[in-house]
Amino acid sequence: MARKIRVLIAKPGLDGHDRGAKVIARALRDAGMEVIYTGIRQTPEQIANTAIQEDVDIVGLSSLSGAHNNLFPKVVQILREKGAEDILVFGGGIVPVDDIPGLKKAGIREIFQPGASTEDITKYIKENVKTT
Amino acid sequence: MSKNIREEFERWGKTTLNKVISKAPEREPSFKTTSHIELRRLYTPLDVADLDYCDELGFPGESPFTRGVQPTMYRGRLWTMRQYAGFATPEETNKRYKYLLEHGQTGLSVAFDLPTQIGYDSDHPLSEGEVGKVGVAIDTLKDVEILFDGIPLDKVSTSMTINSTAAILLTMYIAMAEKQGVKSDVLQGTIQNDILKEYAARGTYIFPPLESMRIVTDIFAFCKNRVPRWNTISISGYHMREAGCTAVQEVAFTLADGIAYVEAAIRAGLDVDSFASRLAFFFCCHNTFIEEISKFRAARRLWAKIMKERFKAKKDESCMLRFHTQTAGCSLTAQQPDNNVVRVAFQALAAVLGGTQSLHTNSRDEAYALPTEDSVRLALRTQQLIAYESGVADMIDPFGGSYAVEALTDEIAKKSMEYIEKIEAMGGAIKAIESGYIQGEIGESAYQYQKEIETKKRIIVGLNQFQMEEEPLRDILRIKPEVEQYQKEKLAKVKKERNNTKVKETLAVLKKAAQGTDNVVPPILEAVKVYATLGEISDTLREVFGEYKER
Repeated sequence: MARKIRVLIAKPGLDGHDRGAKVIARALRDAGMEVIYTGIRQTPEQIANTAIQEDVDIVGLSSLSGAHNNLFPKVVQILREKGAEDILVFGGGIVPVDDIPGLKKAGIREIFQPGASTEDITKYIKENVKTT
Repeated sequence: MSKNIREEFERWGKTTLNKVISKAPEREPSFKTTSHIELRRLYTPLDVADLDYCDELGFPGESPFTRGVQPTMYRGRLWTMRQYAGFATPEETNKRYKYLLEHGQTGLSVAFDLPTQIGYDSDHPLSEGEVGKVGVAIDTLKDVEILFDGIPLDKVSTSMTINSTAAILLTMYIAMAEKQGVKSDVLQGTIQNDILKEYAARGTYIFPPLESMRIVTDIFAFCKNRVPRWNTISISGYHMREAGCTAVQEVAFTLADGIAYVEAAIRAGLDVDSFASRLAFFFCCHNTFIEEISKFRAARRLWAKIMKERFKAKKDESCMLRFHTQTAGCSLTAQQPDNNVVRVAFQALAAVLGGTQSLHTNSRDEAYALPTEDSVRLALRTQQLIAYESGVADMIDPFGGSYAVEALTDEIAKKSMEYIEKIEAMGGAIKAIESGYIQGEIGESAYQYQKEIETKKRIIVGLNQFQMEEEPLRDILRIKPEVEQYQKEKLAKVKKERNNTKVKETLAVLKKAAQGTDNVVPPILEAVKVYATLGEISDTLREVFGEYKER
């Protein structure tokens, strides 16, 4: 039997807008996943450490403050340095479409933009995380 | 003799209405506002039969101010057109302010970047990637001097969206004005300074709640004497609404916060009539037109009642809920951005019909980025079109007396009061925030709203219905990465050229004041004058007050 998917929803940087992160965390829980939400004001180091400690399958990063180009790749980098490159990373918030190729190149698997539904995100995680 | 309304209404229901409903049901089994208030099909005099005009509506400029806080309202003076603006460097923001003033804006509103709001200088490790992104970067008085260069502070009122570091920005503004030869007693403006909603919904807190409240009440006391025309706080519902709460919750949580501030100020030894007239408020204006107009009227009536009955305010000015409004950012879509222009127009109109004192209209591209010049100009024009072409500013409270609006005003007031009483029974807003109650209510409403969108119970035009294939907007405002380096270099220069001994001295005086009970604002003023940085001042206070950690 497949175990539950474990997700970390995190807010890197100084941005305090957590409506989206909280709604997504709850929707993923309703869809049967184990979800940890970090709260706001996390550094990339804190996020990577929590992801490893909590043994999650995937990390969702939320940023609306425009600091995503700095912060999202750092999370991926630290996970790789700590030998946790199997933990997938995706993101969302306010991310201009022109920034997406650069983020993907840095290892962020997917970016969800304004208008994305919790259904889209749930589907994405279920399709990309193997639990058997 | 005229017919009996109730009998006629029932007859209408059984005949004319029934003829139609029995053949085809209405679009929904019931229609509810965002606050889950069930809307009647039709409001009639029966719904306002118990309304006591003089007691509950009264006249503009008199308690309970339901119809407006000034006797002439917009016939005397239009609302202030005050577009929230700020990005990148003080130099660039100064340009945008001049652009907006040139195009007819009538007041300034400053957006600061997150490091500035959270007490970090541009060279702090946590500021990396954040400098100048969501607002202008301010590290020292030098930046404020550049920000307001060529703008006469005795002629323009300025609202600053700043909370944990409000005392620092206020004193920098005062110091800047002094350099222009303008005395602090003529300065007009507002600082948001509403720390409670930061814990509940916005997140730019630094210190724990009680210590933060001390700074807030110190600011009230300081301004009473030194900056008497300044609005010392903008008690905000906007952010909680943006975080997902309903219109009723927005009123309830905002007024509950207001009660907490009044109580804190009284506990700190201030007489209610000495500060209450300088309290201001800040609300959102969302899409549900009639509900929003009613919401503003309900808020005014409730606050007047609270100030009179609970706090025994003697002056009418102490009971007046004056407010700024911003159209709802969370209602904007990235899809078909031109739709946002129309949304903002409806929302702005509702705010004006609701009697706002000051208004910010969002731009069409703000689901993507901070607005371009073209976008913000159209947003400003939206206000001017309402003011000069629609005619609604030529009479006071035109929707007053509408059966629907009066019924909804009553209903929102009633439901909000129930919430306020619940929060008071918990021990007040601070306790309700510390226990997570307010955050929980906001989160629940946000989740329900999202579910409604995803199940199509709530239609968002262009998003879950009437979609089209389109390219995302590409011509958006981008903050150049060089901004951060520029600010860091400027900061290094200021630190080199200032009198570092004096800076150390002022910070030591501040530390002592913070450790005791002296007002912290005068020492902060001395520190900013010698170019102590925002980060240094904040760190000094961090040493004494500690930092708040989210639950």
